Formats: sequence, C-alpha cells, structure tokens
Amino acid sequence: MKLLHKDIEKDNAGQVTLMPEEAEDMWHTYNLLQIGDSLMASTIRKVQTESSTGSVGSSRVRTTLCVCVDTIDFDSQACQLRVKGTNIQENQYVKMGAYHTIELELNRKFTLAKKIWDSVVLDRIEQACDPTQKADVAAVVMQEGLANLVLVTPAMTLLRAKVEVTIPRKRKGSCTQHEKALERFYEAVMQAILRHINFDVVKCILVASPGFVKDQFIAYLFREAVRQDSKILLENRPKFMLVHSSSGHKYSLKEILCDPAVTARLSDTKAAGEVKALEDFYKMLQHEPDRAFYGLVHVEKASEALAIDILLISDKLFRHQDVATRSRYVRLVDNVRDNGGTVRIFSSLHVSGERRFCSFCS
Amino acid sequence: MTVSGNKQTTGFDVPSTVENGVVSRDLTVTTIPDTPSKRPETPSKASGGADESPSAPTPGRTPGKTKQQLDIRAELEKRQGGKPLLNLVVIGHVDAGKSTLMGHLLYLLGHVNQRTMHKYEQESKKAGKASFAYAWVLDETGEERDRGVTMDVGMTKFETPSKVVTLMDAPGHKDFIPNMITGAAQADVAVLVVDASRGEFEAGFEAGGQTREHGLLVRSLGVTQLAVAVNKMDQVNWQQERFKEITSKLGHFLKQAGFKDSDVFYVPTSGLSGENLTTKSKVLELTSWYSGPCLLDQIDSFKPPQRSVDKPFRLCVSDVFKDQGSGFCVTGKIEAGYIQTGDRILAMPPNETCTVKGISLHDEPLDWAAAGDHVSLTVTGMDIIKINVGCVFCGIKEPIRACSRFRARILLFNIEVPITQGFPVLLHYQTISEPATIRKLVSVLHKSSGEVLKKKPKCLGKGMNAVVEIQTQRPVALELYKDFKELGRFMLRYVGSTIAAGVVTEIKE
Repeated sequence: MKLLHKDIEKDNAGQVTLMPEEAEDMWHTYNLLQIGDSLMASTIRKVQTESSTGSVGSSRVRTTLCVCVDTIDFDSQACQLRVKGTNIQENQYVKMGAYHTIELELNRKFTLAKKIWDSVVLDRIEQACDPTQKADVAAVVMQEGLANLVLVTPAMTLLRAKVEVTIPRKRKGSCTQHEKALERFYEAVMQAILRHINFDVVKCILVASPGFVKDQFIAYLFREAVRQDSKILLENRPKFMLVHSSSGHKYSLKEILCDPAVTARLSDTKAAGEVKALEDFYKMLQHEPDRAFYGLVHVEKASEALAIDILLISDKLFRHQDVATRSRYVRLVDNVRDNGGTVRIFSSLHVSGERRFCSFCS
Repeated sequence: MTVSGNKQTTGFDVPSTVENGVVSRDLTVTTIPDTPSKRPETPSKASGGADESPSAPTPGRTPGKTKQQLDIRAELEKRQGGKPLLNLVVIGHVDAGKSTLMGHLLYLLGHVNQRTMHKYEQESKKAGKASFAYAWVLDETGEERDRGVTMDVGMTKFETPSKVVTLMDAPGHKDFIPNMITGAAQADVAVLVVDASRGEFEAGFEAGGQTREHGLLVRSLGVTQLAVAVNKMDQVNWQQERFKEITSKLGHFLKQAGFKDSDVFYVPTSGLSGENLTTKSKVLELTSWYSGPCLLDQIDSFKPPQRSVDKPFRLCVSDVFKDQGSGFCVTGKIEAGYIQTGDRILAMPPNETCTVKGISLHDEPLDWAAAGDHVSLTVTGMDIIKINVGCVFCGIKEPIRACSRFRARILLFNIEVPITQGFPVLLHYQTISEPATIRKLVSVLHKSSGEVLKKKPKCLGKGMNAVVEIQTQRPVALELYKDFKELGRFMLRYVGSTIAAGVVTEIKE
C-alpha cells in the first residue's frame, strides 16, 4: 500500500490518502474502516439521463464520491472490499444523502477521514505501507484423498483449492483400484498447484502430509513434469520443501509453520511469528497457570495492576465494534504499551487467529 | 388367505414361515399393528420383518417375486454350523511383528498355499526384505512392501475350531492411527503384539510409543477382551523373567486403562519361527515354564459378544468402490439389525435411498447378513459421488440422525495444551474422521461420581471429565450412547495424538 498524503494527529480528527497495490492491502483497509468514517474514492455510478424528448436513458459515469460509511463487506476469497454509505459531498450526479456502494479498486487512491485516529489504526497503516513484509508462502497439506492448497501472506491465509477424492482401500487380492485412484488424486493436486500458485511471487512451497503421501506425490509431480516437459515446475524445483504434518486438514498448517526447518527458511513471515507466540502462551497456561490469563475481565484487572508483559489480542475485536467497546480495547492496548509491555495483534484470517480469544501472559 | 388386521397370528399362516412360527414371533410381532394398510397389497408376503424397511408400498411388485421372510436368528445359527463370528483386530507398536505373526498364522492354517509363500520369500529376498516374507501375505500394495510397513488395515478371515474370525491387521505407525481407528472400531476383540527384545519393548511402551496409545484406543472403542502376544521371544531365548517383567508392566497399564484382569491373556510367541502359534510349542526352554494355550487356542477361547440383531439396521461405510455391473459396492460392518437382498435402505447424511442388489461376506455371495458381519453390499439407485467413507446406512423406518452440533461427555487424556473454546480437533467416529471445533465448554464433572464440579470453565486440563459442545464442519450421522453403546463412542485427536475419548449425550442440530 502506498501512503500518499497524511494529515492526522493522534486521538484527533484527520485524513489520510492511500493507494492499495495488492490483494492484501484490501484486508488492511477492511481493518481500518469503521462505521461513521468518511471515504472518498473514484467509483462508477449509473445515472439516469432524461433527454429533451422525454426518453430515459441510463449511462455509467465514473466520478469521485465521498460517502459516510454505513456497511462494510469483505470477500476473503476474492479480496474485494465493498463499502456502502450515504453521500455527504455535493456531486453533479449524486444527490446528498443518496446511498451508494463503493467497490474499492486496486491502484486507485482513496481518502479516509476519521474523527479519532487511535494507535491501533496508525500501527496498521504503517504495517500496510511497509515494503519489507512481503514473504509469500504456498503450502499444500494433504493426506490420502484430501488436499488443501493454501497461500500464506503476512496478514492472511487464503484457501486457494481443496481436492477431495474417495480412494478405495486395499482389499484382499486387488489393489489396482486403490492405486489408480491415488494417481487421479495426485493429478488433481498437480493441476491445482499449476493453476493457483504464482511462481514468481511465492518464495517457498511446502508440501506436508502424514505418512508417505508427500514423498509419493513429489515423485509423481516431478515425473510428470519431466514427461510433459513443464519448465515452470522444473525451474522451481528447489522451492519445494517436504514437511511432516499430522493430517491433511487446514489446521495442520499451524504445525508445519512451527516446524524448525520451516521457520529457519521463513524467518521473516509474520504468520510463523504469530504461531510461535501462541504456542508459548499455551505452554505457559499449562505449566504456570498463575502467569497466564485469559478473558477480558481478568486481563483488564491485571493491566490495572501493571502486570502485563505480553498481550495477545485478535484483530477481530477491533473491527466494527461500537465505539465504546472498541475504545475499551484500544485503551487496554495503549496501557500495556505505556507500561513497557509488547502487544501482538493476531490476524483472524490466520489459522492461529481462528481461535477466538483475547488473552495475555504476564 | 384371508388377512385381517385384528388377530396377531394371521400373518404366520403363510406356509413359508410355518417352521419358524414360534421363534419368529419375537421378531415380527411388533410391526403388525403398524402396517395394517399394507396387507391387501401383499397377499403372499409374510408380515414385515422387525425393522426392515418395507418395499411393499410399490404396487408394481409382482406376486411372483415373493421375498422369504427369514428368521434371521435361526439362519445365523444354521449358517455358521454353530460357529459364531468374531471380529479381531491386531494392534501394537510399529515393528512389533503384527503382520508377520498373522501372516505366519494364516500360512500354518493353510490359507496361503506353498507356491505363493515361496514366491513371497523369493521376492522379498530380492527386495532386500527377507524377514518380511510372512508380512507380505497381508501387506499387498507396492508401497507397503517397498517400505516394509503396513499403511492400511489388511482384512482377511480364518476359522478356528469353534469360531469364524474376521482378521484386521492394523498399522502400527503413529501417522496411520486414523486408519487403525477405523479397523478397531469394527472389532470385538483385540490382539496386542509387543516386542520382547531388549529395548524394543521399552521404546514401544514409553510415552511416544504406540503400545499405550493403541491400548487406550481399543479400550475406548469398546473392546473388552484382549490377548497380549509377547512376540520375538526367540530373540530373548524364551526367558521367563523377561516374560514376567513385560506381563507385570503391561498388566498394570491395562488395568489402569480399564481392562479387567480376567479378560486379558498373555501368550509368548515368535512370529518369524512360528512357535506357539497354532500348536503348542515343542521348544524346551518354553515348555519348562509355560503351559498355557497357544495363540490360536487363545483366540478360540474368546467369548463372542452379543449381537444386537433386534435393533434397527445400521451399517458404517468403511470403503466405497465401483465393481463390475451397475451400481457400486460399499464395505462395512453391520453394527445392528440385519439386511436382505432387495431391501431399500437409507444413507445418511446424504439422506438418499437405494436398493441392495447383492451382499457378499468374505467374497461369498449371500442373501442376508446380520449384526457383526463385515460385508460388501452392492447397491443401486444412487450416485456414487454422494457416498463417501463415514456415511451410515440405516433402515428407512428408523433412520439415524445427521447433525453438525452435539453435546458429549469426554474424558481427557494426558494433553500438552489445555483445551479452550474454539479448539480445533479431529473427530474420529466409527469410520469418519472430520475436523471439528469445541464450541462450548459446558461443565466439568467429578471423575467417579459424575456430579458437576464447575460450570462454564475457561479451559480444560489433563485427566478431566467434562461436558462439551462440539461442532463439526460437515454433518455427521451419530447415535446417542444410551441408545446404541457401540455407536455412541468417539475419539478426539489433535496434532497426531489422541487427546480425549467421549460418548454422545445429546444431539443439538
């Protein structure tokens, strides 16, 4: 995301102009928007024109509208952000107070004005504009008959493809059905990889499974690559990495991100860092329950006692809450920061963030 | 034949059921008051069987196609010549010698002929795995033979003097536990194989080994009788002290797991050399101190469990494949009730009906099958895509319920990470393994008395007994524990280890 213009003071009104460059920026914008903010962006409006003869025609006009945000919709699969609101600025095509839905587009700037800019939001803008956090990792977690193809970016884990096939088990006397079905399964997974992974952007491709499925699959993949002379696979061969996981379901992604061999390779991914922090918290909860607390009320009490060292909080809590609840959470975060603690905000689109919680350890 | 709905015995005047008149009354009497309207349509048909889904309503069915209402229990007795059916699963740590032990047993019983055995020996020697020759009887896929591991449950059957045994050879590797669970869920009794060699037994018995996990799993799945085969005794020269050491350690553990001492038996064996498998061993070192039965005799002496033939029909699908002819085949164990060719059954959760075209048990075609049989059904009238492993076939009249949210009572094992709300787990129920989340922690119960200790706990630690609400990603067909003991149990796993065993107490939706 590019920051074009900034005119804000902490805890005061102000506005900021940003230009999203990639899908992930849409996610960051989704987290920045609140109901009641005003958003100015270029959008398309269907306008009814009445000609002198009385016939009505409609045409689509591109214009810049400023709306007061009412509803926000984020499609995580397609990474599209649609914002509905009422018009608050004079415009030649749209009446004041008329409803309009703006679909934010990539590479088109927008201006966001808020009444209060708190620390969490400012952090997010910085994070979004930071060019160094761009590690992209693709992972395939599989087991016999099931494969999930996921793309892991600093802030999101996107499920790109899911392959599910019933594979007949071996029976006394005949294994051919089993082996044929396995071949068909590997073929489907290979097609999914070729279709959904952008080999230029992705730094590393993890293939994980329990048992020997991954070895068999990689052998099949490269055998086919040689046979079909697929340059794209052969060139990217060193990017493939084999890891062990306990199942082919999506949450096994968490395990493989914890694996030491993987973390060595992806040391700068935010996802890996989050997973590790969560694991540490759970270990502490298990072994030293007096030092780990969980739940809003307990956490606030501890914060007043200045006892928090690390605060783990899910970004879902900051999204679209009514002002009072949101400011409560923001106050908590600020408190911890002021007292020298660290705050880790977990993305709810990551596997680690999918567990609902608001917790910390001190 | 005049048919009237009032007298209960009219149905039994039909000639085909005369000889079973007395006995079948138990099975059929209940439904007569339910189906008075069907009588006029099926004059030649005997009164509907206990819980069988009636195919009578189709008026097009010609009278020539009379279905014999068989008295299943009597047929069951007749069929086996008085030999009850037993489902046996073989479990144990990886490389304990399960496949070799069973392969050798089958060979000694004559189920594998000389030439085939010779072929296995030659090929395994060529592949550099000479000691795995007997295991190749059960491990048939190329992958399993190459690597020398069992990856999926190998199924076969053999007969002992008083039983017909369906054998399931489970994998011992930690990664293949989901496959082992499907095998163990269908079993009545188990053989736990442990390696007697120095160091090997300890490795299997430690916290990371499978001896413990398999033992806990089979107990949680309802197996009560266990034979422990202390294998590879020839490696320790049949020493009695080693046998005693292993027996006492295991005995302690199995008692904690919940096995009764009277239901656990210990047999020293050697899978590779074949000692003490089918006949009492002649080895002097062994006979000097051991005079118990050999492995086959031990398996023979297991008490067969009660078969709930009276309950509604339930079959859990463990495999789906396309065979020759129209329709497709499903394999599974009949948990309750019975089935005949031509029956209409319902599959849940797809909620579709189909017709049974054929039944086969151990590659022999049959007309009917009852609870406890591990059969292959050929069904028609449904799309193969809709059925996958884990569906349950049931009678149309008393279907099983499919839901994605239910309440259950669980017992937690030794876990590393405490369970909080939203915890992702893998639910293993019969043949299904489905990702699920623990939606709500309802209460913590006292271990023995069951009274509520704490309501709405924040997290659960190891060893606790609790009531939780579980939500699965896709609907699962489940039964309550109080209706069906075998079908009400499930396991929860997380990151490759079993964290809890539970029973279903309430279905939410």
